[in-house]
Amino acid sequence: MTDASPGRSGARPARNLKDILYSESFRTVIYQVALAAAVALLGFYLYQNVIANLSRQNIATGFGFLDQVAQFEIGETLIAYSSRDTYGRALLVGLINTLTVSAAGIVVATVIGFSVGIARVSTNWLLQRIATAYVEIVRNIPVILQVIFWAAVIRNLPAPRQAIELWGLGFLSNRGLTFVMPVAHAAHVWMLAALVTGIVLAAAASHLAKRHREATGRYVDMLWPSIALIAGLPLLVWLVFGAPHAISYPQRQGFNFAGGATISPEFVALMAGISLYSSGFIAEIVRAGIQATPRGQVEAARSIALRPRFILRYVVLPQALRVIVPPLTSQYVSLIKNSSIAVVIGYPDLVNIGNTVMNQTGQAVEAIAVMMMVYLIISVVTSLLMNAYNRLVAIKER
Amino acid sequence: MTTISSQIATPAPTYDPHARISGTVWLKANLFGSIWQSLLTVIVAAGLIRFFWFVLDWGVINAVFYTTDPDVCRAATGACWAVIVEKHRPMLFGLYPYDEHWRLVLMMVIYLVTVVISLWPRFWNLRLLVPLWIFATLSIGALMFGGVLGLRYVATSEWGGLPLTMLLFTGTVLIGMPVAVLLALGRRAPLPVARGVSVVFIESLRGVPLITILFVAVNVFPLFLPAGMEVNKLLRITVGIAIFFACYQAEVIRGGLQAIPRGQYEAAQSLSLSYWQTTRTIILPQALRISLPAITNHIIAAMKNTSFVIIIGLFDILTATTAVMQDPLWRKFYVEAYLFVAAVYLFFGYALSLYARQVEKWIASGRI
Repeated sequence: MTDASPGRSGARPARNLKDILYSESFRTVIYQVALAAAVALLGFYLYQNVIANLSRQNIATGFGFLDQVAQFEIGETLIAYSSRDTYGRALLVGLINTLTVSAAGIVVATVIGFSVGIARVSTNWLLQRIATAYVEIVRNIPVILQVIFWAAVIRNLPAPRQAIELWGLGFLSNRGLTFVMPVAHAAHVWMLAALVTGIVLAAAASHLAKRHREATGRYVDMLWPSIALIAGLPLLVWLVFGAPHAISYPQRQGFNFAGGATISPEFVALMAGISLYSSGFIAEIVRAGIQATPRGQVEAARSIALRPRFILRYVVLPQALRVIVPPLTSQYVSLIKNSSIAVVIGYPDLVNIGNTVMNQTGQAVEAIAVMMMVYLIISVVTSLLMNAYNRLVAIKER
Repeated sequence: MTTISSQIATPAPTYDPHARISGTVWLKANLFGSIWQSLLTVIVAAGLIRFFWFVLDWGVINAVFYTTDPDVCRAATGACWAVIVEKHRPMLFGLYPYDEHWRLVLMMVIYLVTVVISLWPRFWNLRLLVPLWIFATLSIGALMFGGVLGLRYVATSEWGGLPLTMLLFTGTVLIGMPVAVLLALGRRAPLPVARGVSVVFIESLRGVPLITILFVAVNVFPLFLPAGMEVNKLLRITVGIAIFFACYQAEVIRGGLQAIPRGQYEAAQSLSLSYWQTTRTIILPQALRISLPAITNHIIAAMKNTSFVIIIGLFDILTATTAVMQDPLWRKFYVEAYLFVAAVYLFFGYALSLYARQVEKWIASGRI
């Protein structure tokens, strides 16, 4: 589209200096050289200032600080960490926390968003109105306000002694969410491996069935075999390990709980805030996707006696996903970026720890550069995956 | 949006699209179509009634609307709206000196009147708007800063509350929109260098959270300046949010630019208009009209994004409320306080989207 620019005259041989000066191509080059020079000069000037300022304030430069001892504790860590570890490791802890809370938030936001999005196009007027009201409210209240609100709610929950019981499965208290958890067992790792294997095998089998269908025209239903593979393999592994079924129930003990697993108040508040906020946007994306399939197509599919399952699989979903997935991905990326408001309520995510590192070392430029690079990489990787997916589902024209 | 969904939800009228649907037919189609449909309606309605009853019970019947004694609120089982009455001044005006709050009220009145007038097509002529904005800027500046006409000087570090939110939002849009247009044009420019600079700028800022940009504005930007030179923190932060806003807006405007048919460029070229003449008089007016719905979305998002300044300690309405809620006497009634702040954001967001819908109507009818 760039050639749509105006004023590009056709090539005309230059006769004299005036012609050259006024020629389009010459001016184009001049503008660009000037712009590039201006950007380079500005960059150089700023760089000079930074160096001068840093040396005047005796602040070190470079990323050497990543190997220094951090000397601060972190409340929640998923990998081993102590205050004797390095800044680099502290930032890694933060990154893992960011990814964890984002992953949990994405799951919750997707479940709520899809439910509300489907309710938005419901034929039930009441349900549809409620869904609309929900979307308008959660989308239009700043996400920070929502996170701060949930943090305040959890802080004001009763202490563990008077904790709210959740149907015998756990407790909600000002210590966060405590819930039942199977006691860790070696079998769990193998069950996870079996699950992955099952999914891979099911995908391969479906692919073979498709090839078979295309070659012979005979349809092999792979639904139940796939379910058997994906659910059955982990179950088999569980049985092989002697069906370990020890479950740890949380119990009130003193001022806290014993047993079970606990999610911290900060994690719950952050996850609730960012996922509810995103769920409103996801609901709208889903609604648009559902409405992307004209009713006539579903009716046509029904009239050729396609089973409902196949109508969904081969008529509705391919068109809906093409509309849903690209904006959904960018919604996920913005959820990951929103998780950085953890710093407001004290959840140790990447930005929160980066902020501490920045304050301790004084190396603001490098610390912020690390944060930005991490988020940029997440964004770039997502959009690369997105483009690959788009190529996969794009309408294939012959 | 609503019109589309209601079209899907309600069965299309069969013969006469203007015929009125009778009440029973409507009920049958939308609430009691089948047994399952009816069951769902009953369950949802029951839940809804319970919810509204709770809201009524908590928010009105048992609520305390006015008291200066927090113990009265503690004794009540309902909401304590009195906390808003009691604390509305620190919530709305933040750290601004208590005795000078009238200046902020006056400022908000001038601000809102100016904005409302400027949004009305009837008043869209420069002979009115330029003096109006000069007057508004000068008077708001005088009221906020003071130091003239016998008003006490108030530093920007003491500004706060709703006026600060308004100023941040206005600054973001006024600085951000021109930058957005330039970035969008740059990204579609015939010059590869301009394109490259714009793409790198837009994509890298869109890839990072707003917080990191605020950190840059607060912690890194001062390092860029030569020794001894300083830029006001509030200004740095406003520009930071504005540039972030501009990068998103630029992509929206680019969408509008791409929708302009080639013929428009070629027609302009055949009239031998220059690049800037073409852009200003032919391309941009159309592109901005096309992308208006998305532009409004980002403007509303910009209003919500001003709340991010809590991270770097500016006292906007949210920060001020959070600080007020540290008061041990009233801390228990945080729900009411945050509901109030949410209502303020919802109100302005709703007003903006109503206006945007009106503008779309004006565009459709060819008025603007």
